[in-house]
Amino acid sequence: MTKLARDLLFPLIAVVAAFIVGAILILLVGDNPITAYRLLLGSALSWPDGIGYVLFYATPLIFTGLAVLVGFRCGLFNIGAEGQLYIAAFATAWVGIKFANLSPWLLIPFCCLAAILAGAVWGGIPGVLKAKFGSHEVINTIMLNFIAIMLASYFTQYHYKVPGDPILESAEIGAGAHIPHLGKFIPGFPERIPLNVAFILALLCCLLVYLFLWRTKWGYEIRATGSNPFAAEYGGISIRKQIILAMAVSGALAGMVGINEVMGHRHRYYDGFSDNYGFTGIAVALLGRNHPVGVILAALLFAALQHGGIYVDGFSQNVTKDIVQVLQGIIILFVAAEGFFKWLLRRRTSLERLRA
Amino acid sequence: MRDILTFSLIASTIRLGTPLVLAALGGLFSERSGVINIALEGKMLAGAFTAAAVTYAADNKLGLGAASPWVGLLGGMLAGLFIAVIYAVSCIKFKAEQVVSGAAINILMLGIPGFLSGAFFLSSGSTPQLPKDHLLPQSPVIIAITILALVALIWYVLYKTPFGLRLRSVGENPEAADAAGVSVSRIRYSGVLLAGVLAGLGGAYLSIGQSSLFTRNMTAGRGFIALAALIFGKWRPVQTLLACLLFGFTEAVSIQMQGVFKLPSGEDIPVQFIQMVPYVLTIVVLAGFIGSSRPPRALGIPYEKEK
Amino acid sequence: MLELRQITKRFGDVLANDHVDIVVKPGTIHAIVGENGAGKSTAMRIAYGFYTADSGEIVVDGQVRDIKSPHDAIALGIGMVHQHFMLVETMTVAENIVLGAEPGTNLALDLKSAGAQIRQLSEEFKLAVNPNEPIEHLSVGQQQRVELLKALYRHARLLILDEPTAVLTPLEVEEFFVILRRMREQGKTVIIITHKLSEVLAISDEVTVMRDGKVVGRVQTKETNAAELARLMVGREVLLRVEKSDPEVGKPQLELKNFSVTDLFGTKRVNDVTFEVRSGEIVGIAGVEGNGQTELIEAIAGLVDLARMTGVMNFEGRDLTARGARVRRELGIAHIPEDRHRRGLILDFTLAENSILGVHYRPPIAALAGGVFIDENAVQRRASEIIENFDVRPRNAALPARALSGGNQQKLIIGREYSVQPKLLLVSQPTRGVDIGAIEFIHRQLVGLRDAGCAILLVSAELEEVTSLSDRLLVIHEGRIAGEVDPKVATLEEIGLLMTRGH
Repeated sequence: MTKLARDLLFPLIAVVAAFIVGAILILLVGDNPITAYRLLLGSALSWPDGIGYVLFYATPLIFTGLAVLVGFRCGLFNIGAEGQLYIAAFATAWVGIKFANLSPWLLIPFCCLAAILAGAVWGGIPGVLKAKFGSHEVINTIMLNFIAIMLASYFTQYHYKVPGDPILESAEIGAGAHIPHLGKFIPGFPERIPLNVAFILALLCCLLVYLFLWRTKWGYEIRATGSNPFAAEYGGISIRKQIILAMAVSGALAGMVGINEVMGHRHRYYDGFSDNYGFTGIAVALLGRNHPVGVILAALLFAALQHGGIYVDGFSQNVTKDIVQVLQGIIILFVAAEGFFKWLLRRRTSLERLRA
Repeated sequence: MRDILTFSLIASTIRLGTPLVLAALGGLFSERSGVINIALEGKMLAGAFTAAAVTYAADNKLGLGAASPWVGLLGGMLAGLFIAVIYAVSCIKFKAEQVVSGAAINILMLGIPGFLSGAFFLSSGSTPQLPKDHLLPQSPVIIAITILALVALIWYVLYKTPFGLRLRSVGENPEAADAAGVSVSRIRYSGVLLAGVLAGLGGAYLSIGQSSLFTRNMTAGRGFIALAALIFGKWRPVQTLLACLLFGFTEAVSIQMQGVFKLPSGEDIPVQFIQMVPYVLTIVVLAGFIGSSRPPRALGIPYEKEK
Repeated sequence: MLELRQITKRFGDVLANDHVDIVVKPGTIHAIVGENGAGKSTAMRIAYGFYTADSGEIVVDGQVRDIKSPHDAIALGIGMVHQHFMLVETMTVAENIVLGAEPGTNLALDLKSAGAQIRQLSEEFKLAVNPNEPIEHLSVGQQQRVELLKALYRHARLLILDEPTAVLTPLEVEEFFVILRRMREQGKTVIIITHKLSEVLAISDEVTVMRDGKVVGRVQTKETNAAELARLMVGREVLLRVEKSDPEVGKPQLELKNFSVTDLFGTKRVNDVTFEVRSGEIVGIAGVEGNGQTELIEAIAGLVDLARMTGVMNFEGRDLTARGARVRRELGIAHIPEDRHRRGLILDFTLAENSILGVHYRPPIAALAGGVFIDENAVQRRASEIIENFDVRPRNAALPARALSGGNQQKLIIGREYSVQPKLLLVSQPTRGVDIGAIEFIHRQLVGLRDAGCAILLVSAELEEVTSLSDRLLVIHEGRIAGEVDPKVATLEEIGLLMTRGH
C-alpha cells in the first residue's frame, strides 16, 4: 500500500466506522440513524448559510489543528490549545479595548500581534518547563488550561466588564479592530454570516506551517527532534530550543483563534466562548494525519458536524446535538487505535490463508 | 463561631475531597501499571451520569426506595468499568497512543450523557432530581472512615501482595516483568479496569452523594484535579490522599470563604485565584520545586514484545 | 533437554532464523556462536517464549511444547539471562527475584521466607548479593548474579545466557566460568551465547555455529579449534590484519587534560583522563564495554552537559570544553556513533534528509532566503554523492533510513561524516552488526582518512579490530587510562591484563 493510500484510507475507515457505531447508538435510543445523519450533514452543503457557517466553524479548528500538529511533529502533545486560545482571545480584546481609538491600520496588526504573542507565551510556558525541568507537557498544558480560563474570567469579571451587564463578557473592542466578514467581498454571500477574513488567514497558516516544517531549517530541526531527539542532539540541534520553539509556535497558532473570535465575530471577550476548539484540534490533527492539508479536510468535517448538530437538536425526536461530541470521540478513538484496523486486516488475511 | 466555621470547613473538605480521592486512587492503579490516565474525567462523568440515572430508575420504575442509591452506586461503578474496558482494549490490545485515547474518551463522555438524557429524560443533559432521602450517606465521619479504610487497603495491595509487586514492576519495566513470567497485559488490564471502577465510584458520589442529580459536565475538571493530586502525591496512596484533601480544601475554601480572605489592599481575594491553587501547585511540583516527583518509568509506553 | 526443530522467524524483510535446528544435551554447557546479527539471540528468545516462531517446533525433554510466553518457558524449567538485564531498578534484589513466582499467598507477599531461600541459593552457588539492596545500587556484575539467582529461584534446569561475559573483565569471566561449571556439576544444563571463541573453547562441551540466520555447524568442543570455528562463523578465512602504511603524524588535534565525566547519578564514568590525538594517526581505545568509552566519546562530541564534565578539552589549541555539539562540528569534529539507531540516524527520515543532519542549517544546504530555507537540489546532490561514493544500497535517496540494512545504514553515516572533511573523527564500534564485506570497506575508509591527515579516535569492543587499525592504543579501565601500548608489538594477554586490573 502506498503511503498516500494509507494516509487517506485509515482516516476514512475511522470516520465510517465511527458513523456506524453512532448509528447503532441512535437506534438504541429509538431513532432513525438515516434521518439523523441527513439532518446532521445535509444542511452543510446548502448555499450560502450551510457552507458559510461550516467554513466559519472550521476556522478555529484549522488553527487548533495546526497547533496540535506542530507540537506532534516535535514529539510534543499540546493539550493546551484550549487555554492558549482563551488567553489569546482575552489579550486581543484587551488591546482592542485599551487602544480603541487607534486607526485600523495600527489597531488590527496590534490586536493580531496580541493574539499571536499571548498564545505563544502561554504555549511557551509548558515548553520552557519541559526544556528546563523535564516536566511532562501533557500535564502542564492541562493545568494551564484551567489557569488560563480562570485568569481570563477573573479579569473580565473584575476589570473589563460593562457594569450592569448580566453576561460574563468584556466591553466591546474599538471599531478599528474589527475585521470584515467575507460577505463584504463576495457577491451574493450575505454579510450576516460571521465567516470573516480570519478564515483566509487560517488557510494561509496551513501553507506557512507546511513551508515552515518541511522547507526551512527550523522545521527540519523540529521534525528531527520529534522523530529522534538523540540523533537531533548528535546533529548539533538543541532539543531544548526546539521544544520551546515548537510549543511557542503551537501556542501562537492556537492563539489566532482569538482573531476569528474577537476581531471577526463577537468583538468582545466572551467567557466560555470556545466550543472545545482546543480539544477538537487534537481530533483534527490526528484525523488529518498531522499534515496541513489533512487538517483542512478534517476541520471541515468536524465543522460540518458542529453545524449539523443544531439542526439535529431542533428537528430530531430523540437525538440531541450531543451526537456530534459522541461521533468526535469515537473518531479519535478509532484514529488512535489504528492498530485495530491493522489487526482486522491481518485477521482477515490469516483467515483467507486458512481457507486457501 | 470560629469553631463552627472550622468544623464545617473540615466537613466540606472531606465531602469535596471524596470524589477526588476515589478517582485519584483509581488513577494510581492505572498509572503504576504504566497506563496514563487522562481519561479519569470521562470515567467520572460516566459514573456520575449512570449512578444518577440508575438511582432514578430504581426508585421510580422498580420502587426500591431507600435501596436505590446503592443500586445506582453499583451502576456508576459498572459504567466506569465499561468505559475502562474500551480504554484498556484500545491502549493495551491495540497499543493506541494513551493520551490520545484518553482525550477521545473524555470528548466521548462529554457527549454521551447528554445524548442519553435527551432520549430518556427529554432533558438537555441532566437527570431528574432525586429525593433527599434517596441519596448516599453524607456524614463526614462515615465517609472519612470509609476513605481511610480504602486507602489502607490500597496501600496493602500495592506494597504487600504479589499483585501489587507485579503491578509496580509492570509500570517500571514491563520487559523485565515479562521475562519473569508476569503477563504484562493482564496486569495492565487489571490496573486500568480498577481505575475505571474507582473513578466511576467517585463520579457516582458526585451525583448521588454530594448532589442529587446529574448535570451537564458536572465533574467540571475534577478528573484532571484527581490526576494532578496523583502526581502531587508522587503516585503513592497516602500522599495522594493528602493531596486530594488539600485540593478538596481549596475547593471548600473557594465556596465557603468567599470574602473572608482579603488582600492587603482590602479587596477580596477573587474566587478564581483560590480555585487555581491545585493547578499551580501541580505545575510547581512537576517542575521539581517541591521535592521530585518521578513517574513510573514505563508510563505511557505501550508494551511491544517483538521489536 | 532442549531441541529446536526447523525454527523460522522473520522480522519485516529480515529473515532472522532460517530453519534453525539446535540440540542441547542435558547436563552440558552448550555454546551458540556467531557474529552479531547471526540470529543466536533470536533463536534463544524463541526458546524462552519472548518471541514466537513463524514455524518450527520446540522440544523440551522429548515432548513438543508450545511456548507462548516466558511464563510457559519458566514452567518447563527454562531460565534466561538476557544481554540487557531484565531487572526493575527501583525494586530490591529480593523483589526482583520473586517477581512472578512470589512466595506466600495471593493475599500476602512473604518476602522474609524468600530472603532466606535466596541466601541459601547464594551460598550454594557462591553468588553473594544482599536481598534487601535496591537494584540501582548494584554493579553490573552483581546485577548479573541477581539474574542468575532469579533463574535458579524458579528451579530452572536449563539456563540460557546471552552474551554473559560482555560486561565482565577477563578476571570476572574466570570466576563466572567457575560458577557455570558448578551449575553443570549440580545437573543443570547451560546454553551460552557468545561471539568470543576463546571463551567457547574454555567453557563449552558442544558448539552450534550460526551465520546469517542459519545453523552452519555443530561440533564437539574437544574436536575443534579457534580457526575452524572462525571459518564457520564468517564463512571464509578471516583477514586479521588491516593493510596500512606507517602513519605520518602531524600536530596534536585533540588534547584532553585531566578530563572527567560524571553520569546522571553522580558516578565518575571517565576519571581524570589525559591524552592527545595528532593528525594522521589512529588512536585506539581498548577496554571492556562499559568502562567509560561511551561517555568519553560523547563528551568529546559535545553531547554531555557541561555540568557533568571537568577538566579541559582542546581542539587545535582552542579550549572547547564549554562549547556545544554544533560548534564542535563546525570546527571539524565528526562522529560515527556507537548506536546508529539511537544517535546516528533518524529512521523515519529519508536518506536525503539524513544525509544533511549536522549541516542542515548552513550553506550550501540552507541557502535560500537568507539561509532560512533548505535548498532541495543541494540536498539531493549531497545525498546522491554519499550514496554513490559509499555504495549505499538501495540507491534511492527517497527511502526512509529504516528500510536499509545495518551495513548500509552505517555506510550512510560514514559517508555523511566523511563528507564534511573532518579534522578529527570520533569512531565508536564502527563495524557492529555490519556484514563482512562492509567491514573491510569501512576499515579501508578509516585508514584512507588517516592517510589524508585526519586525527581519528577509535573505540571498539573487538580487540582485534582496535589493535589492527590503531597506530597507538590506550587501554581504559573503570574510566581511567590504564596504559598505552604499541599495537604492533603488544600481545593480547598484555592488553587483556591492562583491561582487567587497570595497571
